[in-house]
Amino acid sequence: MSSTSPAPLHLAVALDGTGWHPASWREPVARPRDLFTAGYWADLITEAERGLLDFVTLEDDLGPQSSRLLAPDERTDQVRGRLDAVLIASRVAPLTRHIGLVPTVVATHTEPFHISKAIATLDHVSGGRAGVRVRTTFRPDEAAHFGRRTIPQIDGFDGPGAQELITELFDEAADYVEVVRRLWDSWEDDAEIRDAATGRFIDRDKLHYIDFEGRFFSVKGPSITPRPPQGQPLVTALAHRTVPYRLVARRADVGYVTPQDADGARAVVAEIRAEQEAAGRADETLHVFGDLVVLLDDSRAEAEARRDRLDTLAGEPYTSDARIFTGTAAELADLLEEFAEGGLTGFRLRPAVAGHDLPRITRDLVPELQRRRRFRDAYEAGTLRGLLGLARPANRYAAA
Amino acid sequence: MSKPLKQIHLAAHFPGVNNTTVWSDPAAGSHIEFSSFAHFARTAERAKFDFLFLAEGLRLREQGGQIYDLDVVGRPDTFTVLAALAAVTDRLGLTGTINSTFNEPYEVARQFASLDHLSGGRSAWNVVTSWDAFTGENFRRGGFLPQEERYSRAKEFLATAHELFDSWHGDEILADQATGTFLRDARAGAFVHRGQHFDIHGRFNVPRSPQGRPVVFQAGDSEQGREFAASSADAIFSRYSTLKEGQAFYTDVKSRLAAYGRRPDQLLILPAATFVLGDTDQEAAELAREVRRQQVSGATAIKHLEFVWNRDLSAYDPEGPLPDVDPVVAEEHISRGRAQVRMYRDPVAIAREWRQLAEANKWSIRDLVIHTGNRQTFIGSPATVARTINDFVQADASDGFILVPHITPGGLDPFADKVVPLLQEQGVFRADYEGTTLRDHLGLAHPDEARAAERAAS
Repeated sequence: MSSTSPAPLHLAVALDGTGWHPASWREPVARPRDLFTAGYWADLITEAERGLLDFVTLEDDLGPQSSRLLAPDERTDQVRGRLDAVLIASRVAPLTRHIGLVPTVVATHTEPFHISKAIATLDHVSGGRAGVRVRTTFRPDEAAHFGRRTIPQIDGFDGPGAQELITELFDEAADYVEVVRRLWDSWEDDAEIRDAATGRFIDRDKLHYIDFEGRFFSVKGPSITPRPPQGQPLVTALAHRTVPYRLVARRADVGYVTPQDADGARAVVAEIRAEQEAAGRADETLHVFGDLVVLLDDSRAEAEARRDRLDTLAGEPYTSDARIFTGTAAELADLLEEFAEGGLTGFRLRPAVAGHDLPRITRDLVPELQRRRRFRDAYEAGTLRGLLGLARPANRYAAA
Repeated sequence: MSKPLKQIHLAAHFPGVNNTTVWSDPAAGSHIEFSSFAHFARTAERAKFDFLFLAEGLRLREQGGQIYDLDVVGRPDTFTVLAALAAVTDRLGLTGTINSTFNEPYEVARQFASLDHLSGGRSAWNVVTSWDAFTGENFRRGGFLPQEERYSRAKEFLATAHELFDSWHGDEILADQATGTFLRDARAGAFVHRGQHFDIHGRFNVPRSPQGRPVVFQAGDSEQGREFAASSADAIFSRYSTLKEGQAFYTDVKSRLAAYGRRPDQLLILPAATFVLGDTDQEAAELAREVRRQQVSGATAIKHLEFVWNRDLSAYDPEGPLPDVDPVVAEEHISRGRAQVRMYRDPVAIAREWRQLAEANKWSIRDLVIHTGNRQTFIGSPATVARTINDFVQADASDGFILVPHITPGGLDPFADKVVPLLQEQGVFRADYEGTTLRDHLGLAHPDEARAAERAAS
């Protein structure tokens, strides 16, 4: 055993409807009829804050959920419909004080100018607790909701046509994040001067055109919203293979990855670190979080029985891109420590049933990790960047 | 005289990026921090106002090729602020200006439907249009829209958004845990829209919200704008705040409704209005003069004159006479990103008129701008202001007002504390909210009831 104590882990929770298991809405604790109310989301996020978690992410997309990867379905036995994630985060921000709020945005069909000011405003509204999870969409039916471009139907992610499309959409997402970040910096922190003597409200020399010209779009700037409290809110992305790893390495503060074991974690982290170095960001903190679906109970048998019950209700076994953990909080703590040895700095847990597994995370797992000195006993910083040990970045446009 | 008294509608506009806002006043606070918005919203709700209103900007204003720096600059994102305000208020309507040019119907409909869910039925949309390439430089779609197409796009945008809102009827979510049926109808949210500006189809993913559709406001004043409002809006945010102009506008717009099968009470007319209160009328008048001088500095006066002259006037002394050169009439304008530019349709005639006015009154440039610019709508003691507002509404010059204080965020407080109780005493303003949704406050039918009534009548 090493003589220095291991680093504390970071913990986030990914919220998606009533939970990640498609039959989760049928559990007595699920409250499926409340899904479209503010109270539902406030209750979940305040529960996460009670557990001192670093942040919550909120899933979102530009079409109905589907059991098929790249096309809609017409199922009536699963939750369909959701509210805009940025607005949920903002609605809950005044009701919380410490926890980070990280809504999902789809870069493929939205405007970086709008998203930049929305996330900057979420940062202002929450006092420095905003982040964003950026994703792309490959679904032709979602493109048809906008009608501005068509996206070819692909069967999976492995064919040559698919690879080309993935590369293209991730390059566009990288430009998108670049624009969003430049807009956050387009006002220097002290641009508002309110100089009554000269009548000037701002020092216009401290506002900057970003003049972004890219393959997919161009944006002039500056933002209409002053620089957010964190300077740069947190940028995060989920990644499963090389092209998205590169987006994480080039543009993100936190990447979510889905290894099945510690060796897998080690390999992914090595790949992302190499890309990070290639991108010239070796000296910047980039967290790599492991994603896990979790079913937590007092015994492993109970958790497995619950998974069986949910699978039976769903009519098929639940599968996921992430490893599905069934067991006790102590067993999960063991697994997280093992994964962390592979270089992961934190975890984003996806509760299979939000109403059941989220309180198990906050009331069982967190105390277990605290006993092991791997998790905070109190919130130690006022901003999300602060919780994650990220410095407030200098403004790229400010004269040194 | 047996006609019952009209009930007044009141709303509050968070002061924005123009010289109405006196940012140099020691009482002026942040126009960005959420605490300012929360204070303002709580005051409006304490006063039982119908709604709070936020304007929008998508490009910082420029003049002479530089970012305009004399007024408040910058503002937060409309949707994000409104969603957060839903957490600190219970009844107040939440109205946001959202541009129909640099957005797409699917996304905007999702945002408004989400806001309506998250606020329990309090969302409203002020539909505005834009076409200029200057603003377009911040967006993927660029500045592409010929000016004459902006209303056709806005109309189709709104109609498309309504198709998306209506794609859920409200009874689809069963969420029956025992039988495992979440949706009653597999095609919930299905839509097809094929039009001139939008060709979209698929499934909308936000279930029907408490108000069915957000309340729709419209702000344009052109012939096309008035028709658009008469055909599709629930309320007009107008700019006529004098009695005669107000009555003319009111009569004109309300008379257009019948052509669309609508009754006059289905469209509310709400001008923007400013106010200055004092203990006495005289004290208020003095205060109003002081406020005007704070709003129009020498530098502001020169910049304002440049809107009309369309040329650099920085060499002129604001305390001196008006320029004897004529305005430059050209496509390119020295000022970009501000609506005022379009208000001066014949700048040469205006310059001539202003020169005559200034000479006759011995006004300097600054005096001229102080006197001809937007002055305060209501000036007086609380009793005078309450009476004037009521007279205005009873005389059908409007259905109420959207009040814009000149101080952020506390400027609404004296109105709430001193004028509102007087209106309540007169029985022309609610003592408490009677319903929970914005439609309830405005006396508008829920779209489903409206549809049912239409079906019953036909």
